[in-house]
Amino acid sequence: MINKERQVLVVFPHPDDEAFGVSGTIATHVNNGTPVTYACLTLGEMGRNLGNPPFTNRENLPKIRRAELKEAARAIGIQDLRMLGYRDKTVEFEDDEKLANHMLEIINEVNPSLIITFYPGYSVHPDHDATGAAVIRAVEKLPPAARPTLHCVAFSNDCIEALGEADIINDVSAVSSKKIAAIKAHRSQTEAMMKTMEESFQKQDPQVLARVNFERFWTYKW
Amino acid sequence: MEVVDVKQVQEAINGFANQDVYIHLETTNGAYASHNDQSFFSAGAYIRNALVRYEIGKITGKGPYRVGLKINLGWVYAEGITHFEVDEQGRLLMAGHGFDGKLAVALEISKTPFE
Repeated sequence: MINKERQVLVVFPHPDDEAFGVSGTIATHVNNGTPVTYACLTLGEMGRNLGNPPFTNRENLPKIRRAELKEAARAIGIQDLRMLGYRDKTVEFEDDEKLANHMLEIINEVNPSLIITFYPGYSVHPDHDATGAAVIRAVEKLPPAARPTLHCVAFSNDCIEALGEADIINDVSAVSSKKIAAIKAHRSQTEAMMKTMEESFQKQDPQVLARVNFERFWTYKW
Repeated sequence: MEVVDVKQVQEAINGFANQDVYIHLETTNGAYASHNDQSFFSAGAYIRNALVRYEIGKITGKGPYRVGLKINLGWVYAEGITHFEVDEQGRLLMAGHGFDGKLAVALEISKTPFE
């Protein structure tokens, strides 16, 4: 059961970060009539998947990923997609305070009841950790009573040991086709993986079904 | 991107010699290398829009190839180059793709700054 929200704000650094772990939750909120804003910090300019054999190059990849991101957003019904213009792999080197203030501007404008981002320290990629940290730093500036709920994605090898089990588990099986469409929209990054994943999904492989149908979050505790 | 043709790449490298050029140089194992294999030591580096001038540049090896540029006060070097392209803006884009197809190294030369 996914609580009805007034407004959702999703903040991730890379096109496709939203697809695997969160797109079912987003599609469900959209189906509930909740507006969803997705702020994506970079265009994944430094992605290593360029096709095998390569169908693009380092300089054209961002253009492809921009189009894929728009397509993925359309697949799950995101009405407000914002590309913030940071560069892949450099988010952690930005001025922390400036970055947090940029996040705060967006939060103040969008006024979300729920924010979805990465759990800083438990999200593997330095951009993930830096993005989550900036969002939390921003929300921290709000008076406690005015703070939106924060649902964080974590997947480091030590995340369960450190944070315990996820407290929010969303069953998104009702929108699995939209989720798969979102993942497939990021074709440059997911095509190779999707071939095997979709087959396993059709064959009802329990591990893949669980990955597609359930999305896990940790509520950030102040 | 096409598989390296040494003659074409060498000609393109020569075309940028003795003038100010912008370099993009990158090596990477990917941000998930140590997450997927905790015994793997991940390292990488990149520089974007370094302004240099080289007097001589060469592509060598039997493939994957090495490219070295002798710049005014030092060197630029990349190893593992497999693919190249002279793009619509006249930039020389070189890259090394691993056995899994993923980009492992890139060296790019341009007369104008990269975006």
